[in-house]
Amino acid sequence: MSLNGLLAQLLLGLINGSFYAMLSLGLAIVFGLLGIVNVAQGAFYMLGAFLAWIALTHFGIGYWPALVLVPLLTALIGIVIERTIICWVYQLDHLYGLLLTLGIFQVMQGMFVYWYGTAGLSYSTPHALTSGHNLGFMYLPNYRAWVVAASLAICFGTWYAIERTRLGAYLRAATENPTLVRAFGINVPLLVTAAFGGGVALAGLAGVLAAPIYQVNPLMGGNIIITVFAVVVIGGLGSILGSIVTGLALGLLEGLSKVFYPEASNMVIFAMMIVVLMIKPAGLFGTER
Amino acid sequence: MTLDRAVTDAAAVKSRDLRANVVWMALGISALIVAPYFIYPLFLVKLLCMALFAIAFNLLIGGCGLLSFGHAAFFGSGAYIAAETAKAWGLPFEAAVLAGTVTAALLGFLFGAIAIRRQGLYFAMVTLALAQGVYFLALRLPFTHSEDGIQGVPRGWLLGIVDLRDNLALYYTVAGIFLLGYLFVWRVVRSPFGQVLRAIKDNRPRMISLGYPVDRFILLNFVLSAALSGVAGSLKALGLGLATLTDVDWSTSGEVVLMVLLGGLGTLFGPVVGAALTVSMDDYLAGIGIPVPVVIGLIFIAVILIFRRGIVGEVLYRLSRRGSRIGR
Amino acid sequence: MADAAVLELRAVEGFYGESQVLHGVDLTVQRGEIVTLIGRNGAGKTTTLRAVMGILRQRRGSVRVMGQETIGFLPEKIARLGVGYVPEERGIFASLNVIENLLLPPRLKPGGMSLDEIYTLFANLKERSASSGAKLSGGEQQMLAIARVLRTGADFLVLDEPTEGLAPVIVAQIGIALDAIRQRGMTVLLVEQNFRFAAGVSDRHYVMETGRIVDMVPRAELGGSLARLEAYLGV
Repeated sequence: MSLNGLLAQLLLGLINGSFYAMLSLGLAIVFGLLGIVNVAQGAFYMLGAFLAWIALTHFGIGYWPALVLVPLLTALIGIVIERTIICWVYQLDHLYGLLLTLGIFQVMQGMFVYWYGTAGLSYSTPHALTSGHNLGFMYLPNYRAWVVAASLAICFGTWYAIERTRLGAYLRAATENPTLVRAFGINVPLLVTAAFGGGVALAGLAGVLAAPIYQVNPLMGGNIIITVFAVVVIGGLGSILGSIVTGLALGLLEGLSKVFYPEASNMVIFAMMIVVLMIKPAGLFGTER
Repeated sequence: MTLDRAVTDAAAVKSRDLRANVVWMALGISALIVAPYFIYPLFLVKLLCMALFAIAFNLLIGGCGLLSFGHAAFFGSGAYIAAETAKAWGLPFEAAVLAGTVTAALLGFLFGAIAIRRQGLYFAMVTLALAQGVYFLALRLPFTHSEDGIQGVPRGWLLGIVDLRDNLALYYTVAGIFLLGYLFVWRVVRSPFGQVLRAIKDNRPRMISLGYPVDRFILLNFVLSAALSGVAGSLKALGLGLATLTDVDWSTSGEVVLMVLLGGLGTLFGPVVGAALTVSMDDYLAGIGIPVPVVIGLIFIAVILIFRRGIVGEVLYRLSRRGSRIGR
Repeated sequence: MADAAVLELRAVEGFYGESQVLHGVDLTVQRGEIVTLIGRNGAGKTTTLRAVMGILRQRRGSVRVMGQETIGFLPEKIARLGVGYVPEERGIFASLNVIENLLLPPRLKPGGMSLDEIYTLFANLKERSASSGAKLSGGEQQMLAIARVLRTGADFLVLDEPTEGLAPVIVAQIGIALDAIRQRGMTVLLVEQNFRFAAGVSDRHYVMETGRIVDMVPRAELGGSLARLEAYLGV
């Protein structure tokens, strides 16, 4: 395997890892606050890609405006779903929450399969980011470089918002002791809804970023969400930093194993998941809940 | 997942009424006997296989309160092994089913040994990861033919006597095995073993402090659940002639959860009702072009939000309330 | 003054699921008072405080805070009337550092203590301001828990066992803090097992037994009632 080939795989791995990181960030936020594993995160990712495609084909709204509009729209839809459906299971065993979001995922994916089939639609790379640069040791497509840079920025921005801002402090405190935070006068239910919206907005944004790389396909959520679970479990179910680092690391690991044993590359992640669950179930960066 | 006290109490009330049980059993058996004359036998075969799968799954979640997200691994591996041994090795029907069952049981032992050290959400995640491993194997092992699956599985002969190519003969065989499975679970639930499991589910720390080898009880239950799922999978592969990747996919794991929730978690008959409804809906809706996953998903949501006891669970709950009002 | 009662409980009943814990609690706290709720373990003292804060979901009767009926209010709405809560477990957030913990509760009313005033009262907190909340000692956590509500401008404080498990020197510091609180004209309702401490700071003591108020002893009558109180507390 040439250096070129190796680096190409690592780049692909880094890109996959970026999506894993963004999606698991959203999962981690929701899980930290609610104890619910939001399976529908995969569906919101798919929704984001489709909204971008619909915006382009039916409304002529291009990639750059979509980057802003689609996450907002996704957040709105997510908030409506949270307020009407999901909030009813907060008092129950957390497994009901997982099953409920699984149901929501089925409905969302099912609707899009019904409307668009499973063939997949293409979304062209935005004009400004076509072609690429020859770095000597490898060829770097511009769009892929953009995706990595953008996701790193988004992940860092989210991390900063949660760890370094006042609102983030409210969120972290509410994750630990929501009742006490309410007793201080903070509207925690509103905070939870907003955080949920933020979490799914991240998924929607990831969907827009993904559209020019992977085909826009109703099944794209289902394919990725299982891997994202593994990422979140390995990183630590409520840990923000864990999601980011683990997502990127596992993407790279997957890319690396593609070089040596391509068929098993996805299994590497699941093997790691089992190992982590048995040794440190709270995850590499997590704390026991 | 905690089971409603009311349902447990209701089930206890019901089990005390032995005569009613015998009547219900007689009705059930009669229904099984006459059904193929009204409904297409192969559809019934599919239904009974899924019902058995649901019963097997319920053994774990109703008995121990553990939600496994990877039961498709047992169902599917049973299917693949039964299919392969029947087609490539030429094993007779009962041997193929046995092969599938044993495989599933062994897999269950392996999964269980790893997974039961955790509970709740983490347990579910471990089973999911392990099942993904099985999916990966099914995708890559040569004999499974990945996306094509194993097709044209021969039904063979039962005990060398009965030619199972006759749909009616196949149906009665499957119905018989289903009945045996149902009775087996019924016995397990009412046995001392079943009582210990219930006690563990109610108060695990207490049982540990009383000196019970809690892990071994749970593991045994897990293996039984896996084995029975393997039976269901084997029957399905031999009966419908097909073993595919869908059988080991996580969507199948999700579907069996729905069946059990819909019918009534922890009740004995609930899973059968849930499976019957789900399979019928699958069939009917696909026929008229409505997206099945959407409807299934909506029902899933409705069950979790409003209807957590499930159909049979709800019925038992109302009956027990009526009984308590009359009695006191 | 129109309504001098900062807190009025009338026939308050409280439930945890099926079991009833409060069987009709009546008490009043006037503005500027420090009132203690004393009684044996399990009498329902903490539950009463939770009912006041709206944290106890299943409650009936009448709870008037600053003249407003709050029986149906959510906790955040009650807090915003100017109530500061210091729970028994202190509730210091481990995922926040000391200064974040201190600044977390939002300003409810003008007139809260400034950071300097707080550091004057609780010197240790300044030194430890960058530490994680989890690394504080019990006494430091208690000081932080009190300090953060002092910053919000809340003029009615609800404290649950502030001296529990603390060394005498820390208990003394909390006593000084309560004096400062009284000086600023704030009102306090506290639950306290340490009777000596309570006797030193309170204007009145309500005695609670099995979910009801069974006695009320003003400061002036304490000396004469000691035997009676000891009987209530099972000392």
